[in-house]
Amino acid sequence: MFRIKVPRYWRHKDFRYRLNAWKCNHCGEVHFFKPLVCRRCRLREFNKVMLPETGKLIAYTIVRSPPCGFEEQTPYIIGFIELEDGTRILSQITDCYPEELKLGMKVEVTFRRVREDDPDKIIAYGYKFRPAI
Amino acid sequence: MSKVYVAGVGLTKVDEHWRESLEYLMAEASLKALDDAGISRVDSIYVGSMLSQVLQEQSHLGALLAEELGLSGIPAMGVEAASASGAAAVYAGAREIEASRANAVLVVGVDKMSDGMSEEVTSAMMIGERQEYTGFIGATFYSINALLYSLYMNRYSVGQEKIALFPVLCHEHAVNAPHAQYPFKIKLDTVLSSPYVAEPLRRFETTAIADGAAALVLVNEETARKLDSLKTELVIESATDYLTPLQREDPLWFPSVSLSTSKALSRSGIEKKDIKTIEIFDATSIMAVLSLESLGFAERGEGWRLLERGELTLSGSIPCNTFGGLKARGHPAGATGIYQIAELHLQLTHRAGKNQLDSIKAGLAQSLGGIASTAFTSILKEV
Ligand SMILES: [Zn+2]
Repeated sequence: MFRIKVPRYWRHKDFRYRLNAWKCNHCGEVHFFKPLVCRRCRLREFNKVMLPETGKLIAYTIVRSPPCGFEEQTPYIIGFIELEDGTRILSQITDCYPEELKLGMKVEVTFRRVREDDPDKIIAYGYKFRPAI
Repeated sequence: MSKVYVAGVGLTKVDEHWRESLEYLMAEASLKALDDAGISRVDSIYVGSMLSQVLQEQSHLGALLAEELGLSGIPAMGVEAASASGAAAVYAGAREIEASRANAVLVVGVDKMSDGMSEEVTSAMMIGERQEYTGFIGATFYSINALLYSLYMNRYSVGQEKIALFPVLCHEHAVNAPHAQYPFKIKLDTVLSSPYVAEPLRRFETTAIADGAAALVLVNEETARKLDSLKTELVIESATDYLTPLQREDPLWFPSVSLSTSKALSRSGIEKKDIKTIEIFDATSIMAVLSLESLGFAERGEGWRLLERGELTLSGSIPCNTFGGLKARGHPAGATGIYQIAELHLQLTHRAGKNQLDSIKAGLAQSLGGIASTAFTSILKEV
């Protein structure tokens, strides 16, 4: 279904590997993928920024009915995180059991394998968050 | 601008139609709608489908349906807005009549989910989200709903048992709906003890694999006068928002719904208090509650109170999803928007059988693509 072809995966590696994003120079809206126009104020100037590596967990859930490519890691946790600068991001939460999670807890970014069972045998890596150590 | 009338509806039963194909289902609904209108030709066709390109690897539904109906030659094309694709087809057809480019248009919605495996359907239901972001990390439509659910319960201090009443209401209404997928009652306990799909969201708060097609014949005033069929007047408006609700300023508020609703009310010249029945987009219980609030039928954080007070039942102040909604009539993705408008039409033309409401003059249908990334609001009036 969601095929990971090399160029498609590679072109977003700055965001997926390092949480690099584009911040609008005028209104501050953060765009995860390279934009042409700010979706909020429609101006066209951006600064490439590195998003904060820590934040707090504001909601989480456990995926029990997975999409294609995620069957083997099911169940897994999806968290909604507010980073130190206020940016909100969706991420898998790793290195813990759901029982250990608490709303408001501090989490930090880490780098992990996202999928590995693609038909073309490409291993996709990207950010995940874990409870702050 | 020419006025638009619904002059005929056709519905297939929502089911897992193992014996029938996508094209057969949409042709069946179309013929029923043409027969109901008493018309054999239309000027154009619009078909809405969310999943056919993925699950059947079939695009080109416009020309395909024209061929199935023996109408090859007329303009026909697909329209897509994720799970609001059916409503998008209605929008396209209505605009063609409003612009005086057509006298009669056939609009159809179809999807056939039983042709996919479970994981394929879960993946396919995500194609309306931003794939490079939420799809890449393995988030699903239901997991994003679950996050909204959790945010809602925390912000407004509401228990799940209040929100999980929505599927109970829908199943009650589906009992008398001949085209419903699940025409039986369920208890709140059944909902609350069904397995988690994504905590806190439970299986009975979501929809299932469904096949179905629905069609409407839309006509202008002159054609409406010539036809003997039962008619209603239609106004449809639309608005959009970011694909991922969690990146919006407030994930628990659907601006696209309130915007399309105020536009539709003002163009139809109807006040909200005159809307006596609503069809809302309950892809999950939490989406139903958020929709009630964004539509303006409840204050923020209070949508669930309408359920608790019984306002949404057939004898309540604003009967909702009178044929079972997405939950119990069923949710064949791209077809759903047309089922919703067709059901309003059946109510307003006094063909709702045992669930017929008394003395209603206008109703509203809300159809969503994704989690309100696209919203359509349709208002139907008695003529
Ligand atoms: Zn901006």
